[in-house]
Amino acid sequence: MSDKQLVLREIMGALEELGKRPVSVTMETSLLHDLSLDSVTALDFIMQLETRLDIIIPMDGMAEIETIGDLVGVLTRSTSKAA
Amino acid sequence: MLARFRALRSDLATVTAVGRDPFGVAFDAILSATEAILDGKRVLLLGTNNYLGLTFDQDCIDSAVAAIMAQGTGTTGSRIANGTYGGHAALEQRLARFLGRRHAMVFTTGYQANLGTLSTLAGRGDHLLLDADSHASIYDGAKLGNAQVTRFRHNDPDDLRRRLRLLADQPGEKLIVLEGIYSMLGDTAPLREMVKVKREAGAWLLVDEAHSVGVLGAHGRGLAEAEGVEADVDFVVGTFSKSLGAIGGFCAFDLDDFGALRVAARAYMFTASLPPSIIASVFQAIEAMEAQPQLRDILRRNGQHLHAGLAAAGFALGAKPSPIVSLPMPDSETAIRFWNQLLDAGVYTNLALGPATPGGRPLLRMSVSAALTPDQIDTAIAALTQTGQRLGLIAVGMAAAE
Ligand SMILES: Cc1ncc(COP(=O)(O)O)c(C=O)c1O
Repeated sequence: MSDKQLVLREIMGALEELGKRPVSVTMETSLLHDLSLDSVTALDFIMQLETRLDIIIPMDGMAEIETIGDLVGVLTRSTSKAA
Repeated sequence: MLARFRALRSDLATVTAVGRDPFGVAFDAILSATEAILDGKRVLLLGTNNYLGLTFDQDCIDSAVAAIMAQGTGTTGSRIANGTYGGHAALEQRLARFLGRRHAMVFTTGYQANLGTLSTLAGRGDHLLLDADSHASIYDGAKLGNAQVTRFRHNDPDDLRRRLRLLADQPGEKLIVLEGIYSMLGDTAPLREMVKVKREAGAWLLVDEAHSVGVLGAHGRGLAEAEGVEADVDFVVGTFSKSLGAIGGFCAFDLDDFGALRVAARAYMFTASLPPSIIASVFQAIEAMEAQPQLRDILRRNGQHLHAGLAAAGFALGAKPSPIVSLPMPDSETAIRFWNQLLDAGVYTNLALGPATPGGRPLLRMSVSAALTPDQIDTAIAALTQTGQRLGLIAVGMAAAE
C-alpha cells in the first residue's frame, strides 16, 4: 500500500472515531466547511492521526492544513520521514 | 477587517438570546468573598477561584492601604525601565522561601508569567510538549516563542513518552508543560508518572500551579508537593489572582543561570510592574496562607460537600472532588439556559463554552472558596438540583432518595 493510501485509511478511521461519517471525502474536502471541524476539534483530529501513524506534526505546520489534500500531504511527508 | 468578527458576533447573539450576556455580567456591588449584588439582588458567588477567600482579609487590605499611602498608586513602568521597588524584591524572596526554591520572578499577571516563561525558556531548535488541555496562556506563550510545539493527549504519560521517543534523535532541549489542577474540570495531572517519563527522556518539566498553590500539598505548595516530586519539577509557574486574592504571576526555579530571563522575556520587560499595593497584599496573603493551614482543610471539605451534593442529586460530574466542580452540559443551549436560570435563583457560576473547554464541550463550571459556609453550599446545591430537574438533566426525586 502506498503512503498516501495508508494515510487516507487512517484519516477515515480517525474521522469515524470522532463520530463523523462523511458520505464522501475527496482531496478538496474542507476540514472546516465540509466536515465542520472547528479549530479545537481539528487539533484533536490531528492528534489522533499522530497517534495512529506514530508521527509528530509540529503545531506551526497545522495552520496550512485546510483540506484533506493538505492533510494527506503533511502526513505523507511525516510518515516517509519516520520510516 | 471586521468581517472576521461576524461569526463571533453571531455566536454571541445566540448566547445572549436566552437571557443575559454571560460574558458581560456587571455587578452592582461586591459584598464579600462569597456574595455580590447583581440587578439589585443578592447573589452567591460560586465561580470566583477565590479559593482561600483572602480578597477581604483585613491584614491584606491593611498592608495594601499602607503601601499605597507610602509609595503611591503605581510604578508607571516596567522594572527594566523604572527600576525595582523594595516590595518587588522582597516578594520574590518571600515567594521563593514559601515554595522552597532558590529564585522567583514576579510578572504582572499569571497570563504573562506563562507568556514570558514559555516563549523564552524554549528557543529555536528546542521542543515544547504541551498537555492538550493546557490553558490559553500556555498555548499563547508557546506561539510567541520559536520552539517546535507538540501537543500530547491530556493526562496521558504514554502518549507523552511516545512523542519524546519520536523526538529523541532531534537536537534541542525538551520542555514538558503540565498544570497542577486543570482549570476547566478540576482534574489533576498524574504527576508521578509524568516525572518518570521526564526522567527517562532527560527533559525539563514546568508545572503551572495556578489553581493548586494554596490548595494542594501539606503547606499549599501545590500538586508537586502533594505528590512528593518537587525536586523533579524544574519550573513552577503560578498566579496571585486565585488563592492569593489579588493579581500577578510568577515563575520559580532553582537554577542560577535563569536570571537572564529578566532581560529576555518580553512579557516581563515590556509591561509595567505590579503596583506597591498589590505587592503588599500578596506578601501578606502568603503570610496568611502559611499561618492558617486550616483554610485548606475547609476548602477541601467545601469542594467535597458540593461534589457529594450534586452527585447525590443525580448529576454526572466532570472529575473527582476538588475545589473546581464542573457539570458537563449536553449542548450549548442547555448550558446557557442552566446558567441563566441559576442566576435567577441567585447563584453565580461560570459558563464555559468551546473552544475554551476540553473537547469543546460546554460546561457549567463552579469553584468553591474556604469562605463559603455549609449553609451557602446547601443553598447552591438546592438551586442547582431544581434547575437540573427543570431542564430535565436529572430525574426528579433523586435527591430525596439520599
Ligand atoms: C492554568 C492557568 N494558568 C494561568 C492562568 C492565568 O492567570 P491570571 O488570570 O492570573 O493571568 C490561569 C487563569 O486564568 C490558569 O487557569
